[in-house]
Amino acid sequence: MKIDKEALQKIAHLARLEMPASTEDEMMGSLNSVLTWMEELNEVDTADIKPLTHMSLEVNALREDKVIPNISREQGLKNAPKQDGEYFRVPKVIE
Amino acid sequence: MKNYTSLQSIQADLHAGYITCRQLVEFYLQNIAEKNTQLNAFLKVFDQEALAKADEIDQKIKTGNAGKLAGMVIGIKDLLCYKDHTSTAGSKILDGFESQFNATAVQRVIDADAIIIGSQNCDEFGMGSTNENSAYGACLNAVGTNRVAGGSSGGSAVAVQADMCLASLGTDTGGSVRMPAGFCGLVGLKPTYTRVSRWGLIAYASSFDCIGPITKSVEDAAILLEIIAGKDEQDSTVSRLEVPQYSAFDTTHKTLKIGYLKEAVESAGLQPEVREATWAKLEALKAAGHVVEAVEFPLIKYFLPTYYILTTAEASSNLSRFDGVKYGHRSNQATDLMSMYKKSRAEGFGKEVKRRIMLGTFVLSASYYDAYYTKAQKVRRLIKDYTDQLLSEYDFLVCPTTPTTAYKIGEKTSDPIQMYLGDLFTVQANVVGLPAISIPNGVDNDGMPIGFQIMGGAFQEKALLSFAKSLY
Repeated sequence: MKIDKEALQKIAHLARLEMPASTEDEMMGSLNSVLTWMEELNEVDTADIKPLTHMSLEVNALREDKVIPNISREQGLKNAPKQDGEYFRVPKVIE
Repeated sequence: MKNYTSLQSIQADLHAGYITCRQLVEFYLQNIAEKNTQLNAFLKVFDQEALAKADEIDQKIKTGNAGKLAGMVIGIKDLLCYKDHTSTAGSKILDGFESQFNATAVQRVIDADAIIIGSQNCDEFGMGSTNENSAYGACLNAVGTNRVAGGSSGGSAVAVQADMCLASLGTDTGGSVRMPAGFCGLVGLKPTYTRVSRWGLIAYASSFDCIGPITKSVEDAAILLEIIAGKDEQDSTVSRLEVPQYSAFDTTHKTLKIGYLKEAVESAGLQPEVREATWAKLEALKAAGHVVEAVEFPLIKYFLPTYYILTTAEASSNLSRFDGVKYGHRSNQATDLMSMYKKSRAEGFGKEVKRRIMLGTFVLSASYYDAYYTKAQKVRRLIKDYTDQLLSEYDFLVCPTTPTTAYKIGEKTSDPIQMYLGDLFTVQANVVGLPAISIPNGVDNDGMPIGFQIMGGAFQEKALLSFAKSLY
């Protein structure tokens, strides 16, 4: 058992997900069974193997660093759940 | 209106004056009106726009300046951005989101005069293998409506299967184009990683995600790939290699060396009809003069754990952008900034997406990073090196697309691991970044389609498509 309720709530906090008590058991159960299954990888000998971190065959696509018009403020704010025409609005952070 | 299976035959009839683009669009709209309520393949239908575009293309055909895809009525998976249209990714968290730009692949099909008829249902953020994980309801298989479409590009496959459009653009992170194509009796192509720009593809796992076509013919897959592939200033990871003319098939008969994955084809978990159909195909290849040999891939049982560790990690990072600030759902229960994030995300994401975000957050957490994430990256290298070695000895590696035909609705939804196992044969191409295609290979005793998968070397889509064309 990798994940207990305390660990579950810690991960949920890191993931910025509210995890009500009523959903804890089901989520915990499925996470533990998937993690146990994932641990089958421990059977594979990976001594001296370098992790594969990039899948592209080509490297460094360089381009000129120039300013180009992107989207307008109006367009940028278009999908915001709360905005004032200039800024995205969020609940007050600083007293 | 006859049921067209290729753009070439449509264009022939358009140019001969037998049909018009308007009639084509009306035909597909009629099918959508009759079938979509039940099948749930399209989330949005752009009927008026499609008709207006059809008139425009009809005019262009008359004046002789129509684009290469003139006459192609296409649907796009709702994971692709289409300017001023909703892109929900099958999620409530993006309900109402309207993209401010076009995905590069979408822009290119528009530029080539394709007519976009609607956006298609999918598993939420591409996370699922049956299209039952959509916030907008399951998409059903048109051959048997008690069966799943396959996923995650289920709507894209069923729309083509049920003649609601000629072709679709889907996305494939672990089999999401090939699997529904297999379940629906269609052609599904996942190109080499980086062959097609990912700009405007709502990210699930960025080192795996690929846009690919779902079509009725290999020709249409080839034509679509040559339109959407190639360098793009908006995606610095996309390959700058020249895009060959994929639709100019290489028809010279060559004796090919074909390896079939022994562990896959001889697996006890294979549905008997799938096994028989696969053997029959292998026998036919031998009879056609090709060398067909079993290859062993002892790492096969590690494909899925590797895939799920890496994709959940990437997903947890990619999906952090959904925070209720810039776009998407915001909870009205929030009291402060932290509760706004947590409640918005908890309300907006579905269960499977939350599970994968949680798994990804766990495998990336400081104490477990090396044990899970780094370990999976190492196994990914082993799988890639061994696959590349096999493809230096063989022209293609083949196996069934899926161990069984389409599941019954609800059959796999209770146990995530059972759901994940359905991707066993398709994930390899994504883990190693290689191109693979699923082509139809008969039906089972219930009439459900069986898929046959062919995987080729990096950027060898032309050879892959030519070979697929010779078989289907």
